[in-house]
Formats: sequence, C-alpha cells, structure tokens
Amino acid sequence: MIALLTRDLQLAVRAGGGFGLGLAFFLIVTVLVPFGVGPETGLLARIAPGMLWIGALLACLLSLDRILALDWEDGSLDLLATAPLPMEGIVSVKALAHWITTGLPLVLLAPVLGVLLSLPMQGYLWLVVSLALGTPALSVIGTFGAALTVGLKRGGLLLSLLVLPLYVPTLIFGAEVARRGAGGLAVETPLLMLAGISFGAIALLPFASAAVLRINLR
Amino acid sequence: MDLRVTDLAVARGGVPVLEGLNFALQGGRALVLRGPNGSGKTTLLRTVAGLQPPLSGSLTGAGERIAYAAHADGLKAMQTVRENLGFWARVFGGRDIAPALAAFDLGALQERPAGTLSAGQKRRLGLARLMVTGRPVWVLDEPTVSLDAASVALFADAVRAHLAAGGAALMATHIDLGLDEAEIFDVTNCRARPRAALQDEAFL
Amino acid sequence: MSLWEYANPVKFIRTTDRVLPWISWMAVICLAVGLIWGFFFTPDDFRQGSTVKIIYLHVPSALMAINAWLMMLVASLIWIVRRHHVSALAARAAAPVGVVMTLIALATGAIWGQPMWGTWWVWDPRLTSFLILFLFYLGYIALWEAIENDDTAADLTSILCLVGSVFALLSRYAVNFWNQGLHQGASLSLDKEENVADVFYFPLLVSIAGFVLLFVALVFLRTQTEIRARRARALMARERAA
Repeated sequence: MIALLTRDLQLAVRAGGGFGLGLAFFLIVTVLVPFGVGPETGLLARIAPGMLWIGALLACLLSLDRILALDWEDGSLDLLATAPLPMEGIVSVKALAHWITTGLPLVLLAPVLGVLLSLPMQGYLWLVVSLALGTPALSVIGTFGAALTVGLKRGGLLLSLLVLPLYVPTLIFGAEVARRGAGGLAVETPLLMLAGISFGAIALLPFASAAVLRINLR
Repeated sequence: MDLRVTDLAVARGGVPVLEGLNFALQGGRALVLRGPNGSGKTTLLRTVAGLQPPLSGSLTGAGERIAYAAHADGLKAMQTVRENLGFWARVFGGRDIAPALAAFDLGALQERPAGTLSAGQKRRLGLARLMVTGRPVWVLDEPTVSLDAASVALFADAVRAHLAAGGAALMATHIDLGLDEAEIFDVTNCRARPRAALQDEAFL
Repeated sequence: MSLWEYANPVKFIRTTDRVLPWISWMAVICLAVGLIWGFFFTPDDFRQGSTVKIIYLHVPSALMAINAWLMMLVASLIWIVRRHHVSALAARAAAPVGVVMTLIALATGAIWGQPMWGTWWVWDPRLTSFLILFLFYLGYIALWEAIENDDTAADLTSILCLVGSVFALLSRYAVNFWNQGLHQGASLSLDKEENVADVFYFPLLVSIAGFVLLFVALVFLRTQTEIRARRARALMARERAA
C-alpha cells in the first residue's frame, strides 16, 4: 500500500505527471473571475469564498481521469488486481495520492488566491479549514467516478457529468463554511455537515469504487 | 498444492469460448497452451489469474499463488528500471530485485527510464517482475513477444530455474522454449459449442 | 406463484401485454377527468387567481419525478441482489420518463413562479433539488448509453443509482440548509390540516392517479421495447454464431 502511494506520488511529480496543472488551472480561474465580474473590491470580497471553492472543485475535476486511466492503459491495474492488495485498499490509496497531489496544494494555494479576490481577513482561516475538510471528499468521490468510467474511450466528459452532481453537497456545505467564516458568522453547523460528508465518503465509497472496478476489470 | 482445473468453462464478454477444460499442474512442471488466435487462451489465463470469474467448473490452487504477466507489462515510462521493479517487489512483500535484474540481463539498464527502453527490453523487465513476486505459479500470456533469440534463451533459463525451485508455469506461447518439463495442451479441442452469451440467455 | 415469475422476460411481456391497454385507458381517463375538472370546474384562488390551476400538472409531475428515481433504486437493488434482467431493463426504461417528469415539474414551476414571485427562476430549495435530480438522471442515462456490454452496464448503473440516491438525499438537505426559499409547503400530506382546500384536492388526486398510471404504462411499454431489443440482438448473435 505504501509502495503504491509512494509510486503514485513519484509519478505525479515527475515530468508529464500532470502535477501543477490543477494548481495552474485554479490560478487561472481565479484570475479570470475579476475580468468577468469587474474589479470592484466589495463585490469580489463577497463572492471570493464561493469562487475559490468552485475553482478548487474544477481544478480537482480536471485531474480525476488520471487516477485510474493511466494504470488501466499500461496494464498495471490488471497486475495490481492480482497483487496481494485488497481492491478497496488500492482505490483508497489512489484517492489519497490524488488528494496529496491535487487537493492539498489547492488548500495551500487558496489563501494566496484569496488575496487576489480581496477575501476579508477573518475569512482565511475558515476558507482553509473548509477546503482541507472538503477536498478529501472530492478526491474520494472522484475516484468512484474514475472507477465507473475507467474502461471507456472518451470517458472524460462522462466522468464530469457523473461526478458533478455528486459534488453538490460537499460544495454547498464547504462554500457555506467559507462564506460564513468570511462574514464573521457561526460556522459550526455547516462545518459538522461537511466533516460528516467527508468522513462518510472516505469510509464507505471505497467499497463502491472497488466493486465498480472489479466489474470493469472483468 | 497443485493448480487444478476441473470442467472449467470461460467466457469473453459473456460469450463462452472454452469449456470442458481439465488439467492439473504440479510444482516443477510447465504447461504450454496452444491454439489459434482468438481461441480463448488469454481469456483462460485471465480466469486462472482471478481477473474474471469462471463461467462454470472449478479452479483450485490459484488465487494468491499466481503471478500473472499479460500483453501489457504495466511499466511506468517515467520511472527507471530499478524503480519499476522495486515497486512490484515491495507490493509483493519486499524481495531483493538483484537476482531478477541479473537473470534478465537488465543490470546495465538499471537507471534508464523505462520509457526509453526498446520493446524487447521492456518485455524483459515485465518478465523480471515475475521473479520478485515470489509466487509459485507463473501465468504467462505470450511471454516471448518482441524478444530476440538471446532474450528467449534468458527467459527459458529463468523458467527452468523457477521450475527447478518447485514452481510451476502455465503459458500461452507459439515458440518452443526447449523445456523438457513442458507439456502441450491444445485448447482447440475444448472450444465451446456456439451458444448464447451469458447476458443474452434469458432473452432467448 | 411468486412475484419473481415476472422476472422472466417472456412472462413479463405476456402479462404486461394483457394489462397495458387497461392501464393506458385508465391513465387517459384519469388525466382527462383530473385536468378538465381541475382547469374548468374549480374556482380561482382568491390570491393566486387562475394561475393556481397549473398545480394539476406541477404537483403530479414532481411526485412522479421523485417516484421514478425511487422505482429505479428498487429495481437496481433487485438487479444487484437477484440479477433479474427485467429489473435492470425496467430501471433503464424508467429513467427517460423520470427525466421528462422532472422537466415538466421544472417548467411548470417556472411558469407558476413567474406571476407569483415575479421571476421565472429562483434558487429555491425545492426547485434547486429538482434541478440536481435532473443532473443525476442525465448522468445515469449517459452511463447506460456509454457501456457496450449489457450486464456490465446494468451492474455499473445500479451501483451509480445506489450511490447517487444517497448523494441526492444529501443534496436535498444541503439545499434546504443553503436557502430557506419562497416555495410554499407541501401541497399534499397525510395530515389533512395542511392540505389545500377540498375543491382543489379531489381533482388533484385524480390527476395524480392519472400520472401514476401514465408512468406505469410508459415504463411497461419501454421495458417491453428494451426486452424485445435485447431479444433481437440475442437472436442475431445466435445467427452469427451458428
């Protein structure tokens, strides 16, 4: 399992691994927002938490099809399936590797981009907390989507169509935490809901992903 | 424990391709599958490797004892030869990769990224993976594709050493490896009679 | 005699062939009675005027949009547990009907909302939930279309339906939390106190019955079509093999 994790991380950061693409995309989306809605500071500050969440979510979506498709193409998924690792473990490690290479950098980059969108001072803490809690759910749900579409040619668009509705609750509660945090309101309820969704997804979805992957390898 | 296949039937995409398969493979023996393209050798090997369920019949002594090598070698182009092999060694319980590198003459290529290897060198790396798994039953699908004569000899030596150590090998190949221990099993006799695919049966 | 006998495609077609005309005619009658009664023989609401009459389309279609998904969920579970092909095909057949119901609910909601709230669309929790449900339907149908092997497609869509149901439910609560909304409370409930007045209530019940029957008829018909298409393909495959 640890071997698989270190391999995936290594592959992601080497040339052609696509590491940093998500970050660059996140940066570009954030830069485009003021061009779209105008440079007025008050407006930007108001929409900053939501825009940062949407940017992070889209950046996450961008790299989902790499989670399993590469291993599928070069045959290592077949070989992994015959290795002494449970399929549930494989998909969990894949999701974890995706989070470390995509989700975690997004969490760290978000406050910097918050400056660009004039996020109010008290909003930074909750923005980071909400993303740190929410992005693991995005990775795990995304892995489920990737497992569903792994055998398909041109599965990328279908993957987005399948995964985006599943992202709705995470986005709503995550952005709500960030928004309330920025507005100086109480964040407990959405924070607990977000944590619940995240932990629930991490605990249960790998079983669904593993089942789906087994069917697709058949 | 032997690998034993009793009255096995296998299907590709739900369509039965082979049925009535019976064979046993003891330690120290090799079984070479023969049959024309598309006769179901790959499907049989995938079933034995546990990647797909058998249509019917029983399969014992497989599962965690199988090391499977398919057409695709599962190599990562951006990793070096040593990293590729080291990864599989760690997944299968942390064996030393030096003997495998030596057996397939990969020592000089250790630090080369797998993406820059020739097709034959990649294949050798893919086969070297079998040795680091430490598993007794090798299941090989066309292992000699893109290997030159010298590499085929290396591979035959590796298989011989594996058999001598009590291992077994089940392979689909058209090349004569010169293995004394090998029996030939022709799957042509086991072709499934044409019948409906699994998913169609209920609708006829 | 057990319910599972109808899981046999031939038996299913034979039985539904017999009941389909009855269900279809009853659907037509209920819809005609409910809608005509509702549109022409009920008084205008004292606040909403005659716009309230869209309720006879809006409420039944919204109910069926949700019930179609529930039916797909049950059918998917049956496929996973018992692997009856008819069940998987019924789930597949219900999805497009559910999409249309969702669209009718959304469209009539917008048309109703325009004079009431002064806008075609508000991000009201109920409307938003239906929009999300619509996306779930689209994903489900797209996955069915994308996979070639029928059994694999049935397996994967069933699991998607299960997981999707959980997330759809979560979305419902999330959306409620996110915006309290303008939408009025449920038009119908078992608790009679909250219901709309009797004059509107009975024609509404009739038109709901009409929608239910219409849904059942359409699902039967579409399932028959799916079964026949599968049978045709199976026969052609046999021809080729022979």
